Amino acid sequence: MALLFKKTHLVESQIDEYLDLIVQGGIVFKEGVRFYLEGRMEEFEERLAILRDMENNADTLRRTIESQLYLRTLIPESRGDVLGLLESADRVLNIITDTLLEFSVEIPVIPANVRRPFQDLIEFSINCSDHTVGGIRAYFRNLEAVRDHINKVQLYRRETNRMAENIKRTIFRSRMTLSKKIHVRYFSYHIERIAEQSDDVCDRLAIAVIKKYE
Amino acid sequence: MSAVTLFFISSGIFLGWSLGANHAVNVFGTAVMSKMVRYRVAAVVAGIFVVLGAVFGGAGTTRTINQLGAVNAMAGSFTVSLAVGIAVAWMTKLKLPVSTSQAIVGGVIGWNLFTGSPTDGEAIMKILGTWVTSPLLAAAFAFVLFKAIEWLVKRARVHMLEVDAYTRTGLLVVGALASYTLGANNIANVMGLFVSATPFNDIAVGSVLTFTGTQQLFLIGGVAIAVGIFTYGQHVMVTVGSDLYRITPLSGFVVVLAESIVLFLFSSVWLEGLLRSMHLPTLPLVPLSSTQAVIGAVVGVGLAKHGRGINLQVLGKIAAGWVIAPIAAFLMAFVMLFFVQNVFEQPVIADSQYNVTASVLKAVATEGVNIDEVKPLVGKNFSSATQLRNTLEGLDRFSKAEVSVFLRLAKIDSLVVDSVGTASVAGDQALAPAQVRALKRMHGKVFLHPCDMEFAFSAAVIRTDSSSSTLWESLSPEQRIALTDAFRVRSSIVPKM
Repeated sequence: MALLFKKTHLVESQIDEYLDLIVQGGIVFKEGVRFYLEGRMEEFEERLAILRDMENNADTLRRTIESQLYLRTLIPESRGDVLGLLESADRVLNIITDTLLEFSVEIPVIPANVRRPFQDLIEFSINCSDHTVGGIRAYFRNLEAVRDHINKVQLYRRETNRMAENIKRTIFRSRMTLSKKIHVRYFSYHIERIAEQSDDVCDRLAIAVIKKYE
Repeated sequence: MSAVTLFFISSGIFLGWSLGANHAVNVFGTAVMSKMVRYRVAAVVAGIFVVLGAVFGGAGTTRTINQLGAVNAMAGSFTVSLAVGIAVAWMTKLKLPVSTSQAIVGGVIGWNLFTGSPTDGEAIMKILGTWVTSPLLAAAFAFVLFKAIEWLVKRARVHMLEVDAYTRTGLLVVGALASYTLGANNIANVMGLFVSATPFNDIAVGSVLTFTGTQQLFLIGGVAIAVGIFTYGQHVMVTVGSDLYRITPLSGFVVVLAESIVLFLFSSVWLEGLLRSMHLPTLPLVPLSSTQAVIGAVVGVGLAKHGRGINLQVLGKIAAGWVIAPIAAFLMAFVMLFFVQNVFEQPVIADSQYNVTASVLKAVATEGVNIDEVKPLVGKNFSSATQLRNTLEGLDRFSKAEVSVFLRLAKIDSLVVDSVGTASVAGDQALAPAQVRALKRMHGKVFLHPCDMEFAFSAAVIRTDSSSSTLWESLSPEQRIALTDAFRVRSSIVPKM
């Protein structure tokens, strides 16, 4: 029996590994931004390099999984949904990586009074991506648990919207130059996008679950 | 085997091909349509197991078809098979999921009516009964199985990919099982009509195994079904299957499993023997419609999902097919028999003689028919069924059903008790030593009517350690039919009256 399902277990572990990369990416992102805000640029750049490697690995892994699912005609009735979920989850990791890269390229000036709110915004956005991954994992094994994860993602997404709005209000009422204000707003928008993309993945997830119950 | 015989059997082969083309969808439709199993793999597995089922498990249901109407002339068998084959192929072309089992019943009744042969009411009720019970039973099995598997998958929290792998393996296994039961159950439809006129002799393989003439006939039929699956099965799966079986692979697994369980229940001689030995009621061995069983199972799964996935329009279309199939086969058989007999001048019924004896009247009376008026007929011979029917109807005393009883019991059917090798005659239900001893005592006895044999067997007492009974009582219905078949003498050596 073990021999019969060897390939299945391989694809299963590849999917788990891929989802692990998204979760790990979130942690590395949080650390990277923290080092940036603390001015520890060497460690920040190191985190950026790790994150870029992770993204590359995730892309390769996703393509391998996709070809396995197609070539071996695995889960034919859910294959479209699964591939859609994996691809849209990949976009979450892409946004995370791109955002950290933009910190490195554009070196935004984050005023001291919004550093804490910035870190909170990052924390909540990454919570969104973590619960999205949890939801996808549950989709494979325990459909009933998916709903809990989706609810949490929606809650965290609303919170990130509120936090991002507060940051923008604070920034635009400060004495900074308009260009710097717009620059900070741009970064808060990018971090918020992590939550938005996670929410989009959850919308797909909710539909995929309904289809499984049909 | 002569070219003429081969020509006549060709209609059975054509019917087998039609059955394979039409029924592959019931066995592997869900697996192939959902892309869980490749068509080529499905066709190979189905082909192999259909042949195995036909050769090794096909005996039980054939007896019921022969009981319904013993089509006893090659040209008759040819015409009925061809009519049914055309009806099935035509309806397949019209994308109607047709039941070969139902069509064959229509064809045989057409032959009975055309030739004036009696239609066994008991056999027809037995068959009609299963047309109702088999879909209901399949629905019940599918409902319970689906709920159980759903609970298990939820509880065990198995990964979707593992469920997929298990389902894939399961679909192949139950597909093979369903193919075996399809072969075992439906070979009667394909070759059953030729059994009473099989041109093959038994072939002994070593000293243990005998490949009987009937098994050789079934092998040809099984191969024809397999060829039907290979050549046209995929087309039917795409046209008929896409409307009917658009369900998930897991539901598909449950549907095919429920179908094969039901088909197995109604075709297993072994199971019947087991139930009888445990003094439990047995299920009749009847060629079932696998389409009906599948539809029942699809509805069962739909109900288990709270009514989701049941397409009433499609169901209505299928139900219409169930009515149209036997009627179309009946009409086609009737018209074609007319042409074969009158235009091509081929005998569609073998000459049968009838003789009313005291024992025949006794047997008629046991079936509740008043025999007072016919006592003067004792000892008279009738050269055809029509002659006896006209005589009885001329008395103006008997209903059509009662006349049928006379026709069935008065037909001359030469039987010679041959106790050599009788122990293995009844296949899975081998005779007990006491029964064999009783038969040995009657070795060589000749009976003109089966009822004569019944009375003689009823008079022979057998004693075992615990009880005593008559030989007839000790035999199961299957054993009685098997022994009657084994003792039947072919027309060339019918003793002169």
